[in-house]
Amino acid sequence: MLGILPAMIRLGITIYLLLLVAACRFAPPGVTNILIKGSDTEVNLALSLAESYMEHDPMVSIAVTGGGSGMGIAALINGKTTIANSSRAMKPQEVELANERGIHPVPIVFAVDALALVVHPELEVDALSVNEIGQIYRGEITNWQAVGGPDLEITIYGRQSNSGTYVFFRDSVLRADYAPALMQMNGTAQIVEALRTDISGIGYVGLGYVLDKQRQPIEGIRIMDIAVEGSDEALSPVEVSNIRNGAYPLVRPLFQFTDGPPEGELLEFIQFCLSDRGQELVEKSGYYPLSPRFERYNKQWLHE
Amino acid sequence: MSKLRTRFLADRIARFLFAFAALFSVGILLGIFVMLLYNGAKTFESVSPGNFFFSTEWNPSAYGEASFGVLSMVASTLLVTIGAMAIAVPLGIGAAAYLAEVASERVREILKPAIELLAAIPSVAVGFIGIVVVGPFLAKIFNLSNGLNALNGSILLAVMSLPTIITVAEDAIRSVPTSFKEASYALGGNPWTTLVRVTLPAAASGIIAAVILGMGRAIGETMTVLMAAGNATGFPEGFFSPVRTMTATIAIELGEVPFGTPHYYSLFAVGALLFILSLGFNLIAERIAARFRYNH
Repeated sequence: MLGILPAMIRLGITIYLLLLVAACRFAPPGVTNILIKGSDTEVNLALSLAESYMEHDPMVSIAVTGGGSGMGIAALINGKTTIANSSRAMKPQEVELANERGIHPVPIVFAVDALALVVHPELEVDALSVNEIGQIYRGEITNWQAVGGPDLEITIYGRQSNSGTYVFFRDSVLRADYAPALMQMNGTAQIVEALRTDISGIGYVGLGYVLDKQRQPIEGIRIMDIAVEGSDEALSPVEVSNIRNGAYPLVRPLFQFTDGPPEGELLEFIQFCLSDRGQELVEKSGYYPLSPRFERYNKQWLHE
Repeated sequence: MSKLRTRFLADRIARFLFAFAALFSVGILLGIFVMLLYNGAKTFESVSPGNFFFSTEWNPSAYGEASFGVLSMVASTLLVTIGAMAIAVPLGIGAAAYLAEVASERVREILKPAIELLAAIPSVAVGFIGIVVVGPFLAKIFNLSNGLNALNGSILLAVMSLPTIITVAEDAIRSVPTSFKEASYALGGNPWTTLVRVTLPAAASGIIAAVILGMGRAIGETMTVLMAAGNATGFPEGFFSPVRTMTATIAIELGEVPFGTPHYYSLFAVGALLFILSLGFNLIAERIAARFRYNH
Protein backbone atom coordinates (compact mmCIF):
# COMPACT_ATOMS: atom_id res chain seq x y z
CA MET A 1 0.00 0.00 0.00
CA LEU A 2 2.75 2.45 0.96
CA GLY A 3 4.82 1.51 -2.07
CA ILE A 4 2.09 2.85 -4.33
CA LEU A 5 2.45 6.46 -3.24
CA PRO A 6 5.97 7.20 -4.57
CA ALA A 7 5.04 5.38 -7.76
CA MET A 8 2.03 7.64 -8.19
CA ILE A 9 4.10 10.76 -7.56
CA ARG A 10 6.58 9.56 -10.16
CA LEU A 11 3.76 8.95 -12.62
CA GLY A 12 2.37 12.42 -11.91
CA ILE A 13 5.72 14.07 -12.57
CA THR A 14 6.14 12.12 -15.80
CA ILE A 15 2.71 13.22 -17.06
CA TYR A 16 3.47 16.79 -16.09
CA LEU A 17 6.77 16.78 -17.97
CA LEU A 18 5.14 15.22 -21.02
CA LEU A 19 2.49 17.96 -21.03
CA LEU A 20 5.20 20.58 -20.66
CA VAL A 21 7.07 19.22 -23.67
CA ALA A 22 3.83 19.08 -25.64
CA ALA A 23 3.02 22.69 -24.70
CA CYS A 24 6.42 23.89 -25.91
CA ARG A 25 5.96 22.05 -29.19
CA PHE A 26 2.80 23.98 -29.99
CA ALA A 27 4.37 27.44 -29.80
CA PRO A 28 6.08 28.14 -33.13
CA PRO A 29 9.79 28.79 -32.65
CA GLY A 30 11.02 32.40 -32.53
CA VAL A 31 7.66 33.99 -31.80
CA THR A 32 7.60 36.46 -28.93
CA ASN A 33 4.47 36.39 -26.80
CA ILE A 34 3.22 39.62 -25.28
CA LEU A 35 0.36 39.54 -22.80
CA ILE A 36 -1.65 42.68 -22.16
CA LYS A 37 -4.10 42.70 -19.26
CA GLY A 38 -6.04 45.35 -17.42
CA SER A 39 -8.31 48.34 -17.91
CA ASP A 40 -11.68 47.72 -19.53
CA THR A 41 -11.62 51.33 -20.74
CA GLU A 42 -8.50 50.67 -22.79
CA VAL A 43 -9.26 47.18 -24.00
CA ASN A 44 -10.60 48.14 -27.46
CA LEU A 45 -7.73 50.54 -28.06
CA ALA A 46 -5.16 47.95 -26.95
CA LEU A 47 -6.76 45.42 -29.30
CA SER A 48 -6.59 47.67 -32.34
CA LEU A 49 -2.97 48.59 -31.57
CA ALA A 50 -2.07 44.92 -31.11
CA GLU A 51 -3.80 43.83 -34.32
CA SER A 52 -2.18 46.57 -36.35
CA TYR A 53 1.25 45.73 -34.92
CA MET A 54 0.91 42.00 -35.54
CA GLU A 55 0.06 42.70 -39.18
CA HIS A 56 3.47 44.16 -39.84
CA ASP A 57 5.41 41.90 -37.48
CA PRO A 58 4.16 38.28 -37.64
CA MET A 59 6.90 37.14 -35.24
CA VAL A 60 5.08 38.74 -32.31
CA SER A 61 1.89 37.36 -30.81
CA ILE A 62 -0.06 39.74 -28.59
CA ALA A 63 -2.99 38.65 -26.41
CA VAL A 64 -5.24 41.30 -24.87
CA THR A 65 -7.64 40.77 -21.97
CA GLY A 66 -9.65 43.19 -19.81
CA GLY A 67 -10.80 42.81 -16.21
CA GLY A 68 -10.15 46.27 -14.82
CA SER A 69 -7.04 48.30 -14.04
CA GLY A 70 -6.69 46.74 -10.59
CA MET A 71 -6.75 43.27 -12.16
CA GLY A 72 -4.01 44.22 -14.65
CA ILE A 73 -1.78 45.69 -11.96
CA ALA A 74 -2.29 42.62 -9.75
CA ALA A 75 -1.29 40.43 -12.70
CA LEU A 76 1.88 42.49 -13.25
CA ILE A 77 2.77 42.21 -9.56
CA ASN A 78 2.24 38.45 -9.75
CA GLY A 79 4.34 38.21 -12.91
CA LYS A 80 1.39 37.01 -14.98
CA THR A 81 1.36 39.66 -17.71
CA THR A 82 3.89 41.52 -19.84
CA ILE A 83 1.99 44.79 -19.93
CA ALA A 84 -0.59 46.01 -17.41
CA ASN A 85 -2.97 48.53 -18.92
CA SER A 86 -4.25 50.95 -16.34
CA SER A 87 -6.37 54.07 -16.38
CA ARG A 88 -4.88 55.10 -13.03
CA ALA A 89 -1.41 55.41 -11.54
CA MET A 90 -0.19 52.60 -9.30
CA LYS A 91 -0.69 53.11 -5.57
CA PRO A 92 2.43 53.34 -3.38
CA GLN A 93 1.52 50.04 -1.67
CA GLU A 94 1.23 48.35 -5.04
CA VAL A 95 4.68 49.57 -6.12
CA GLU A 96 6.10 48.41 -2.78
CA LEU A 97 4.49 44.99 -3.15
CA ALA A 98 5.84 44.69 -6.70
CA ASN A 99 9.36 45.62 -5.61
CA GLU A 100 9.24 42.99 -2.87
CA ARG A 101 8.62 40.41 -5.58
CA GLY A 102 11.43 41.71 -7.78
CA ILE A 103 9.14 43.51 -10.22
CA HIS A 104 9.89 47.11 -11.08
CA PRO A 105 6.90 48.74 -12.77
CA VAL A 106 7.61 51.39 -15.39
CA PRO A 107 4.70 53.68 -16.31
CA ILE A 108 4.38 54.67 -19.97
CA VAL A 109 1.62 57.05 -21.02
CA PHE A 110 0.28 55.97 -24.42
CA ALA A 111 -2.97 57.92 -24.75
CA VAL A 112 -5.05 60.55 -23.03
CA ASP A 113 -8.65 59.89 -22.07
CA ALA A 114 -11.40 62.33 -21.27
CA LEU A 115 -14.24 61.41 -18.96
CA ALA A 116 -17.76 62.40 -19.92
CA LEU A 117 -20.59 63.04 -17.50
CA VAL A 118 -23.67 61.47 -19.05
CA VAL A 119 -27.38 62.01 -18.36
CA HIS A 120 -30.75 61.10 -19.87
CA PRO A 121 -31.50 63.27 -22.96
CA GLU A 122 -34.67 64.70 -21.46
CA LEU A 123 -33.11 65.94 -18.22
CA GLU A 124 -33.15 69.72 -18.29
CA VAL A 125 -29.72 70.45 -16.86
CA ASP A 126 -27.12 71.56 -19.41
CA ALA A 127 -23.96 72.16 -17.43
CA LEU A 128 -22.35 71.39 -14.09
CA SER A 129 -19.20 72.64 -12.39
CA VAL A 130 -16.55 70.24 -11.14
CA ASN A 131 -17.49 71.28 -7.61
CA GLU A 132 -21.17 70.47 -8.17
CA ILE A 133 -20.26 67.05 -9.58
CA GLY A 134 -18.22 66.37 -6.44
CA GLN A 135 -21.14 67.40 -4.23
CA ILE A 136 -23.53 65.15 -6.14
CA TYR A 137 -21.27 62.09 -5.89
CA ARG A 138 -20.40 62.74 -2.25
CA GLY A 139 -24.13 62.79 -1.51
CA GLU A 140 -24.26 66.45 -0.46
CA ILE A 141 -26.62 67.36 -3.30
CA THR A 142 -29.38 64.79 -3.73
CA ASN A 143 -31.95 66.67 -5.83
CA TRP A 144 -31.62 68.07 -9.35
CA GLN A 145 -33.34 71.26 -8.12
CA ALA A 146 -30.13 72.32 -6.35
CA VAL A 147 -28.31 72.60 -9.69
CA GLY A 148 -31.13 74.26 -11.65
CA GLY A 149 -33.00 71.15 -12.73
CA PRO A 150 -36.43 69.65 -12.01
CA ASP A 151 -37.55 68.52 -8.54
CA LEU A 152 -36.20 64.99 -8.85
CA GLU A 153 -34.02 62.80 -6.63
CA ILE A 154 -30.63 62.21 -8.24
CA THR A 155 -29.59 58.61 -8.90
CA ILE A 156 -25.81 58.40 -9.06
CA TYR A 157 -24.16 55.77 -11.24
CA GLY A 158 -20.49 54.84 -11.13
CA ARG A 159 -18.18 51.94 -11.71
CA GLN A 160 -17.21 49.13 -9.36
CA SER A 161 -14.41 49.62 -6.89
CA ASN A 162 -11.95 47.55 -8.96
CA SER A 163 -12.23 50.00 -11.84
CA GLY A 164 -9.50 52.57 -12.52
CA THR A 165 -12.18 55.04 -13.53
CA TYR A 166 -13.80 54.62 -10.09
CA VAL A 167 -10.52 55.47 -8.36
CA PHE A 168 -9.56 58.30 -10.72
CA PHE A 169 -12.94 59.99 -10.36
CA ARG A 170 -12.88 59.61 -6.58
CA ASP A 171 -9.34 60.90 -6.16
CA SER A 172 -9.47 63.80 -8.59
CA VAL A 173 -13.10 64.96 -8.57
CA LEU A 174 -14.59 63.93 -5.22
CA ARG A 175 -11.41 64.00 -3.14
CA ALA A 176 -13.48 62.05 -0.61
CA ASP A 177 -15.52 58.86 -0.49
CA TYR A 178 -18.54 58.19 -2.67
CA ALA A 179 -22.00 58.37 -1.13
CA PRO A 180 -23.21 54.85 -0.14
CA ALA A 181 -26.10 55.34 -2.58
CA LEU A 182 -23.70 55.03 -5.54
CA MET A 183 -24.96 52.37 -7.95
CA GLN A 184 -21.77 50.47 -8.72
CA MET A 185 -22.25 49.22 -12.25
CA ASN A 186 -20.51 46.24 -13.74
CA GLY A 187 -18.96 48.03 -16.71
CA THR A 188 -19.35 51.16 -18.79
CA ALA A 189 -22.00 49.58 -21.02
CA GLN A 190 -24.29 49.09 -18.04
CA ILE A 191 -24.00 52.74 -16.99
CA VAL A 192 -24.99 53.85 -20.48
CA GLU A 193 -27.77 51.25 -20.60
CA ALA A 194 -29.14 52.48 -17.27
CA LEU A 195 -29.03 56.15 -18.26
CA ARG A 196 -30.99 55.54 -21.43
CA THR A 197 -34.04 54.80 -19.27
CA ASP A 198 -33.36 56.63 -15.99
CA ILE A 199 -34.23 60.32 -16.25
CA SER A 200 -32.95 61.00 -12.72
CA GLY A 201 -29.53 59.44 -13.31
CA ILE A 202 -26.03 60.75 -13.84
CA GLY A 203 -22.98 58.64 -14.67
CA TYR A 204 -19.35 58.96 -15.70
CA VAL A 205 -17.86 57.04 -18.63
CA GLY A 206 -14.77 57.20 -20.84
CA LEU A 207 -15.55 59.71 -23.59
CA GLY A 208 -14.53 57.25 -26.32
CA TYR A 209 -17.39 55.01 -25.31
CA VAL A 210 -20.15 57.57 -25.97
CA LEU A 211 -18.85 58.96 -29.28
CA ASP A 212 -19.47 57.30 -32.63
CA LYS A 213 -16.98 56.97 -35.49
CA GLN A 214 -17.63 60.58 -36.56
CA ARG A 215 -16.93 61.68 -32.96
CA GLN A 216 -20.56 62.65 -32.43
CA PRO A 217 -22.45 61.71 -29.23
CA ILE A 218 -24.30 58.38 -29.58
CA GLU A 219 -28.10 58.23 -29.54
CA GLY A 220 -30.14 57.98 -26.36
CA ILE A 221 -27.92 59.82 -23.89
CA ARG A 222 -26.61 63.36 -23.43
CA ILE A 223 -23.07 64.48 -22.61
CA MET A 224 -22.88 67.31 -20.05
CA ASP A 225 -20.86 70.46 -20.50
CA ILE A 226 -18.52 71.00 -17.57
CA ALA A 227 -17.12 74.17 -16.03
CA VAL A 228 -13.91 74.22 -14.00
CA GLU A 229 -15.40 76.77 -11.60
CA GLY A 230 -19.06 77.70 -11.22
CA SER A 231 -18.49 81.08 -12.87
CA ASP A 232 -16.47 79.76 -15.84
CA GLU A 233 -17.88 78.91 -19.21
CA ALA A 234 -18.97 75.27 -19.38
CA LEU A 235 -17.01 73.27 -21.96
CA SER A 236 -18.14 70.34 -24.03
CA PRO A 237 -15.70 67.42 -24.39
CA VAL A 238 -17.15 66.72 -27.84
CA GLU A 239 -15.16 69.76 -29.07
CA VAL A 240 -11.71 68.24 -29.60
CA SER A 241 -9.96 71.59 -29.09
CA ASN A 242 -11.27 71.81 -25.51
CA ILE A 243 -9.33 68.67 -24.65
CA ARG A 244 -6.22 69.36 -26.75
CA ASN A 245 -5.66 72.75 -25.12
CA GLY A 246 -6.20 71.29 -21.65
CA ALA A 247 -9.25 73.42 -20.82
CA TYR A 248 -11.70 70.52 -20.26
CA PRO A 249 -11.09 69.46 -16.67
CA LEU A 250 -11.79 65.72 -16.66
CA VAL A 251 -8.81 64.21 -18.49
CA ARG A 252 -6.44 61.48 -17.42
CA PRO A 253 -3.40 59.71 -18.81
CA LEU A 254 -3.76 56.04 -19.79
CA PHE A 255 -0.80 53.89 -18.74
CA GLN A 256 1.00 50.81 -19.94
CA PHE A 257 3.04 49.36 -17.09
CA THR A 258 5.96 47.06 -17.87
CA ASP A 259 8.41 45.28 -15.60
CA GLY A 260 11.56 47.38 -15.95
CA PRO A 261 12.22 49.62 -18.99
CA PRO A 262 10.96 47.73 -22.07
CA GLU A 263 13.51 46.06 -24.34
CA GLY A 264 13.61 44.19 -27.62
CA GLU A 265 10.25 43.28 -29.19
CA LEU A 266 8.36 44.81 -26.28
CA LEU A 267 10.13 48.15 -26.76
CA GLU A 268 9.33 48.02 -30.47
CA PHE A 269 5.65 47.43 -29.76
CA ILE A 270 5.50 50.32 -27.29
CA GLN A 271 7.29 52.62 -29.69
CA PHE A 272 4.73 51.63 -32.30
CA CYS A 273 1.97 52.70 -29.89
CA LEU A 274 3.65 56.09 -29.44
CA SER A 275 4.42 56.55 -33.16
CA ASP A 276 2.28 58.67 -35.50
CA ARG A 277 0.55 55.49 -36.78
CA GLY A 278 -0.16 54.34 -33.22
CA GLN A 279 -1.44 57.75 -32.13
CA GLU A 280 -3.70 57.77 -35.19
CA LEU A 281 -5.29 54.55 -33.89
CA VAL A 282 -5.55 56.20 -30.47
CA GLU A 283 -7.62 58.99 -32.02
CA LYS A 284 -9.71 56.56 -34.02
CA SER A 285 -10.62 54.73 -30.82
CA GLY A 286 -12.00 57.93 -29.32
CA TYR A 287 -9.00 58.96 -27.20
CA TYR A 288 -6.51 61.78 -27.55
CA PRO A 289 -2.89 61.74 -28.67
CA LEU A 290 -0.12 62.59 -26.23
CA SER A 291 0.60 66.21 -25.48
CA PRO A 292 4.29 67.29 -25.34
CA ARG A 293 4.17 67.08 -21.54
CA PHE A 294 3.51 63.32 -21.63
CA GLU A 295 5.99 62.75 -24.44
CA ARG A 296 8.69 64.26 -22.23
CA TYR A 297 7.46 62.07 -19.37
CA ASN A 298 7.88 58.90 -21.46
CA LYS A 299 11.40 59.87 -22.60
CA GLN A 300 12.85 58.96 -19.21
CA TRP A 301 12.11 55.24 -19.77
CA LEU A 302 12.53 54.90 -23.51
CA HIS A 303 16.15 55.29 -24.56
CA GLU A 304 16.69 54.86 -28.24
CA MET B 1 -9.98 -21.08 -1.02
CA SER B 2 -7.91 -18.50 -2.84
CA LYS B 3 -10.95 -17.55 -4.89
CA LEU B 4 -12.79 -16.76 -1.71
CA ARG B 5 -9.88 -14.70 -0.51
CA THR B 6 -9.87 -12.61 -3.70
CA ARG B 7 -13.55 -12.02 -3.22
CA PHE B 8 -13.01 -10.79 0.32
CA LEU B 9 -10.25 -8.53 -0.91
CA ALA B 10 -12.40 -7.14 -3.70
CA ASP B 11 -15.14 -6.55 -1.17
CA ARG B 12 -12.78 -4.66 1.09
CA ILE B 13 -11.42 -2.51 -1.71
CA ALA B 14 -14.92 -1.68 -2.86
CA ARG B 15 -15.90 -0.71 0.69
CA PHE B 16 -12.85 1.48 0.94
CA LEU B 17 -13.55 3.18 -2.39
CA PHE B 18 -17.16 3.93 -1.52
CA ALA B 19 -16.22 5.21 1.92
CA PHE B 20 -13.60 7.39 0.28
CA ALA B 21 -16.17 8.77 -2.18
CA ALA B 22 -18.51 9.63 0.67
CA LEU B 23 -15.81 11.20 2.81
CA PHE B 24 -14.29 13.09 -0.11
CA SER B 25 -17.04 15.70 -0.37
CA VAL B 26 -17.23 16.00 3.41
CA GLY B 27 -13.47 16.52 3.43
CA ILE B 28 -13.68 19.27 0.83
CA LEU B 29 -16.48 20.92 2.77
CA LEU B 30 -14.45 20.85 5.97
CA GLY B 31 -11.35 22.08 4.15
CA ILE B 32 -13.19 25.06 2.71
CA PHE B 33 -14.74 25.89 6.06
CA VAL B 34 -11.43 25.70 7.92
CA MET B 35 -9.72 27.84 5.28
CA LEU B 36 -12.49 30.47 5.38
CA LEU B 37 -12.40 30.59 9.18
CA TYR B 38 -8.59 30.64 9.33
CA ASN B 39 -8.24 33.53 6.88
CA GLY B 40 -11.39 35.26 8.07
CA ALA B 41 -10.27 35.22 11.69
CA LYS B 42 -7.22 37.32 10.78
CA THR B 43 -9.61 40.19 10.00
CA PHE B 44 -10.04 40.69 13.72
CA GLU B 45 -6.36 41.45 14.22
CA SER B 46 -7.09 44.91 12.78
CA VAL B 47 -10.88 45.26 12.84
CA SER B 48 -12.92 44.98 16.03
CA PRO B 49 -15.71 42.35 15.89
CA GLY B 50 -18.20 45.01 16.98
CA ASN B 51 -17.35 47.11 13.95
CA PHE B 52 -17.36 44.16 11.62
CA PHE B 53 -20.73 42.73 12.63
CA PHE B 54 -22.68 45.82 13.62
CA SER B 55 -21.48 48.66 11.41
CA THR B 56 -23.41 49.32 8.22
CA GLU B 57 -20.47 50.94 6.44
CA TRP B 58 -18.38 48.83 4.08
CA ASN B 59 -15.59 50.63 2.26
CA PRO B 60 -12.26 48.83 2.73
CA SER B 61 -10.44 50.75 -0.03
CA ALA B 62 -11.77 54.13 1.04
CA TYR B 63 -10.35 57.52 0.19
CA GLY B 64 -10.57 58.43 3.86
CA GLU B 65 -10.69 55.90 6.69
CA ALA B 66 -11.44 52.31 5.68
CA SER B 67 -14.56 50.70 7.13
CA PHE B 68 -15.42 47.02 7.38
CA GLY B 69 -19.06 46.76 8.49
CA VAL B 70 -21.02 43.84 7.00
CA LEU B 71 -24.47 44.64 8.38
CA SER B 72 -25.73 46.30 5.17
CA MET B 73 -24.73 43.44 2.91
CA VAL B 74 -26.05 40.78 5.29
CA ALA B 75 -29.37 42.64 5.35
CA SER B 76 -29.25 42.91 1.54
CA THR B 77 -28.59 39.20 1.11
CA LEU B 78 -31.44 38.29 3.49
CA LEU B 79 -33.81 40.79 1.86
CA VAL B 80 -33.17 39.53 -1.67
CA THR B 81 -33.35 35.87 -0.61
CA ILE B 82 -36.56 36.28 1.40
CA GLY B 83 -38.10 38.18 -1.53
CA ALA B 84 -37.06 35.44 -3.94
CA MET B 85 -38.56 32.75 -1.72
CA ALA B 86 -41.80 34.70 -1.29
CA ILE B 87 -42.19 34.53 -5.06
CA ALA B 88 -40.70 31.12 -5.81
CA VAL B 89 -42.19 28.98 -3.02
CA PRO B 90 -45.92 29.38 -3.85
CA LEU B 91 -45.21 29.22 -7.59
CA GLY B 92 -42.87 26.26 -7.23
CA ILE B 93 -45.12 24.18 -4.96
CA GLY B 94 -48.14 25.03 -7.11
CA ALA B 95 -46.34 23.93 -10.25
CA ALA B 96 -45.06 20.78 -8.56
CA ALA B 97 -48.56 19.86 -7.33
CA TYR B 98 -49.98 20.48 -10.80
CA LEU B 99 -47.33 18.34 -12.47
CA ALA B 100 -47.62 15.49 -9.96
CA GLU B 101 -51.37 15.34 -9.40
CA VAL B 102 -53.33 17.23 -12.04
CA ALA B 103 -51.49 17.35 -15.35
CA SER B 104 -52.05 14.63 -17.91
CA GLU B 105 -49.09 12.48 -18.89
CA ARG B 106 -48.68 14.33 -22.20
CA VAL B 107 -48.68 17.78 -20.66
CA ARG B 108 -46.19 16.58 -18.08
CA GLU B 109 -43.88 15.25 -20.74
CA ILE B 110 -43.68 18.68 -22.32
CA LEU B 111 -43.62 20.83 -19.18
CA LYS B 112 -41.06 18.94 -17.14
CA PRO B 113 -38.13 19.17 -19.56
CA ALA B 114 -39.08 22.80 -20.25
CA ILE B 115 -38.82 23.64 -16.54
CA GLU B 116 -35.55 21.77 -16.23
CA LEU B 117 -34.24 23.72 -19.20
CA LEU B 118 -34.76 26.89 -17.17
CA ALA B 119 -31.92 25.76 -14.93
CA ALA B 120 -29.58 25.68 -17.91
CA ILE B 121 -29.74 29.42 -18.56
CA PRO B 122 -26.42 30.96 -17.49
CA SER B 123 -26.69 33.46 -14.66
CA VAL B 124 -25.12 36.28 -16.72
CA ALA B 125 -27.92 35.87 -19.22
CA VAL B 126 -30.51 36.12 -16.44
CA GLY B 127 -28.72 39.20 -15.10
CA PHE B 128 -28.81 40.82 -18.52
CA ILE B 129 -32.54 40.19 -18.76
CA GLY B 130 -32.79 41.85 -15.36
CA ILE B 131 -31.12 44.98 -16.69
CA VAL B 132 -32.91 45.35 -20.01
CA VAL B 133 -36.33 43.80 -19.33
CA VAL B 134 -37.23 43.42 -15.64
CA GLY B 135 -35.59 46.71 -14.56
CA PRO B 136 -37.43 49.03 -16.99
CA PHE B 137 -40.65 47.06 -16.36
CA LEU B 138 -40.41 47.55 -12.58
CA ALA B 139 -39.57 51.24 -13.07
CA LYS B 140 -42.72 51.64 -15.15
CA ILE B 141 -45.26 49.82 -12.98
CA PHE B 142 -43.99 51.20 -9.67
CA ASN B 143 -43.21 54.64 -11.10
CA LEU B 144 -39.53 54.56 -10.08
CA SER B 145 -36.64 56.33 -11.76
CA ASN B 146 -34.95 52.96 -12.34
CA GLY B 147 -35.58 49.29 -11.67
CA LEU B 148 -32.15 48.17 -10.45
CA ASN B 149 -33.10 47.23 -6.91
CA ALA B 150 -33.65 44.39 -4.44
CA LEU B 151 -37.00 43.49 -5.98
CA ASN B 152 -35.40 43.00 -9.39
CA GLY B 153 -32.81 40.69 -7.77
CA SER B 154 -35.56 38.77 -5.96
CA ILE B 155 -37.57 38.20 -9.13
CA LEU B 156 -34.54 36.92 -11.03
CA LEU B 157 -33.42 34.68 -8.18
CA ALA B 158 -36.97 33.33 -7.89
CA VAL B 159 -36.85 32.36 -11.56
CA MET B 160 -33.45 30.73 -11.08
CA SER B 161 -34.51 28.69 -8.04
CA LEU B 162 -37.84 27.57 -9.52
CA PRO B 163 -36.49 24.53 -11.43
CA THR B 164 -34.82 23.18 -8.27
CA ILE B 165 -37.92 23.68 -6.15
CA ILE B 166 -40.32 22.25 -8.72
CA THR B 167 -38.25 19.17 -9.54
CA VAL B 168 -37.55 18.15 -5.95
CA ALA B 169 -41.04 19.01 -4.68
CA GLU B 170 -42.70 17.10 -7.52
CA ASP B 171 -40.69 13.98 -6.66
CA ALA B 172 -41.77 14.34 -3.03
CA ILE B 173 -45.44 14.70 -3.96
CA ARG B 174 -45.36 11.76 -6.35
CA SER B 175 -43.82 9.52 -3.72
CA VAL B 176 -46.82 9.91 -1.41
CA PRO B 177 -48.44 6.42 -1.38
CA THR B 178 -51.71 6.06 -3.31
CA SER B 179 -53.28 4.51 -0.20
CA PHE B 180 -53.21 7.92 1.52
CA LYS B 181 -55.21 9.47 -1.30
CA GLU B 182 -57.57 6.52 -1.54
CA ALA B 183 -58.29 6.84 2.16
CA SER B 184 -59.10 10.50 1.66
CA TYR B 185 -61.44 9.78 -1.24
CA ALA B 186 -63.10 7.01 0.77
CA LEU B 187 -63.85 9.54 3.48
CA GLY B 188 -65.55 11.76 0.92
CA GLY B 189 -62.66 14.16 0.19
CA ASN B 190 -62.70 15.83 -3.21
CA PRO B 191 -59.47 16.18 -5.24
CA TRP B 192 -58.76 19.67 -3.80
CA THR B 193 -59.08 18.68 -0.14
CA THR B 194 -57.14 15.50 -0.85
CA LEU B 195 -54.28 17.52 -2.35
CA VAL B 196 -54.20 20.26 0.29
CA ARG B 197 -55.08 18.27 3.42
CA VAL B 198 -53.49 14.91 2.67
CA THR B 199 -50.97 14.79 -0.15
CA LEU B 200 -49.10 18.03 0.48
CA PRO B 201 -48.76 17.52 4.26
CA ALA B 202 -47.58 13.96 3.66
CA ALA B 203 -44.94 15.27 1.26
CA ALA B 204 -44.01 18.15 3.58
CA SER B 205 -40.53 16.97 4.47
CA GLY B 206 -39.60 16.62 0.79
CA ILE B 207 -41.17 19.96 -0.05
CA ILE B 208 -39.21 21.68 2.71
CA ALA B 209 -36.04 20.08 1.34
CA ALA B 210 -36.98 21.49 -2.06
CA VAL B 211 -37.43 24.98 -0.63
CA ILE B 212 -34.09 24.78 1.19
CA LEU B 213 -32.27 23.69 -1.97
CA GLY B 214 -33.92 26.55 -3.84
CA MET B 215 -32.95 28.96 -1.10
CA GLY B 216 -29.36 27.73 -1.26
CA ARG B 217 -29.39 28.50 -4.94
CA ALA B 218 -30.72 32.00 -4.26
CA ILE B 219 -28.47 32.95 -1.35
CA GLY B 220 -25.31 31.85 -3.13
CA GLU B 221 -26.09 33.25 -6.56
CA THR B 222 -23.66 35.99 -7.51
CA MET B 223 -23.62 37.21 -11.08
CA THR B 224 -27.34 37.90 -11.41
CA VAL B 225 -27.64 40.09 -8.32
CA LEU B 226 -24.31 41.72 -9.10
CA MET B 227 -25.72 42.86 -12.44
CA ALA B 228 -29.34 43.66 -11.68
CA ALA B 229 -29.72 44.62 -8.03
CA GLY B 230 -28.01 48.02 -8.23
CA ASN B 231 -24.86 47.42 -6.18
CA ALA B 232 -25.10 50.29 -3.74
CA THR B 233 -23.35 49.63 -0.43
CA GLY B 234 -25.83 51.54 1.76
CA PHE B 235 -28.26 49.84 4.17
CA PRO B 236 -31.39 48.77 2.22
CA GLU B 237 -34.55 50.69 3.07
CA GLY B 238 -36.83 48.22 1.34
CA PHE B 239 -37.38 46.29 -1.86
CA PHE B 240 -36.98 49.44 -3.96
CA SER B 241 -33.46 50.15 -2.64
CA PRO B 242 -30.43 49.20 -4.70
CA VAL B 243 -28.50 46.53 -2.79
CA ARG B 244 -25.14 44.81 -2.89
CA THR B 245 -25.20 41.28 -1.49
CA MET B 246 -22.40 39.41 0.26
CA THR B 247 -21.66 37.28 -2.81
CA ALA B 248 -21.51 40.34 -5.09
CA THR B 249 -19.11 42.08 -2.70
CA ILE B 250 -16.75 39.10 -2.69
CA ALA B 251 -16.91 38.73 -6.47
CA ILE B 252 -16.27 42.41 -7.14
CA GLU B 253 -13.49 42.94 -4.65
CA LEU B 254 -11.54 39.68 -4.40
CA GLY B 255 -10.05 40.07 -7.87
CA GLU B 256 -8.07 43.19 -7.10
CA VAL B 257 -7.43 42.99 -3.38
CA PRO B 258 -3.74 43.04 -2.37
CA PHE B 259 -2.83 39.73 -0.73
CA GLY B 260 -2.52 39.63 3.06
CA THR B 261 -4.19 42.97 3.80
CA PRO B 262 -7.13 43.47 6.23
CA HIS B 263 -9.32 43.92 3.14
CA TYR B 264 -8.22 40.51 1.85
CA TYR B 265 -8.94 38.78 5.16
CA SER B 266 -12.25 40.58 5.63
CA LEU B 267 -13.52 39.15 2.33
CA PHE B 268 -12.81 35.66 3.69
CA ALA B 269 -14.66 36.62 6.86
CA VAL B 270 -17.65 37.61 4.71
CA GLY B 271 -17.39 34.23 2.97
CA ALA B 272 -17.28 32.41 6.31
CA LEU B 273 -20.29 34.37 7.52
CA LEU B 274 -22.25 33.47 4.38
CA PHE B 275 -21.29 29.83 4.86
CA ILE B 276 -22.46 29.87 8.49
CA LEU B 277 -25.72 31.61 7.50
CA SER B 278 -26.64 29.02 4.88
CA LEU B 279 -25.50 26.19 7.16
CA GLY B 280 -27.78 27.62 9.86
CA PHE B 281 -30.75 27.72 7.47
CA ASN B 282 -30.06 24.14 6.46
CA LEU B 283 -29.98 22.93 10.07
CA ILE B 284 -33.20 24.74 10.95
CA ALA B 285 -34.86 23.29 7.86
CA GLU B 286 -33.65 19.78 8.75
CA ARG B 287 -35.28 20.18 12.16
CA ILE B 288 -38.56 21.32 10.65
CA ALA B 289 -38.47 18.58 8.03
CA ALA B 290 -37.87 15.94 10.68
CA ARG B 291 -40.95 17.11 12.57
CA PHE B 292 -43.08 16.65 9.45
CA ARG B 293 -41.66 13.28 8.50
CA TYR B 294 -44.31 10.57 8.15
CA ASN B 295 -43.41 6.93 8.18
CA HIS B 296 -44.86 5.54 5.04
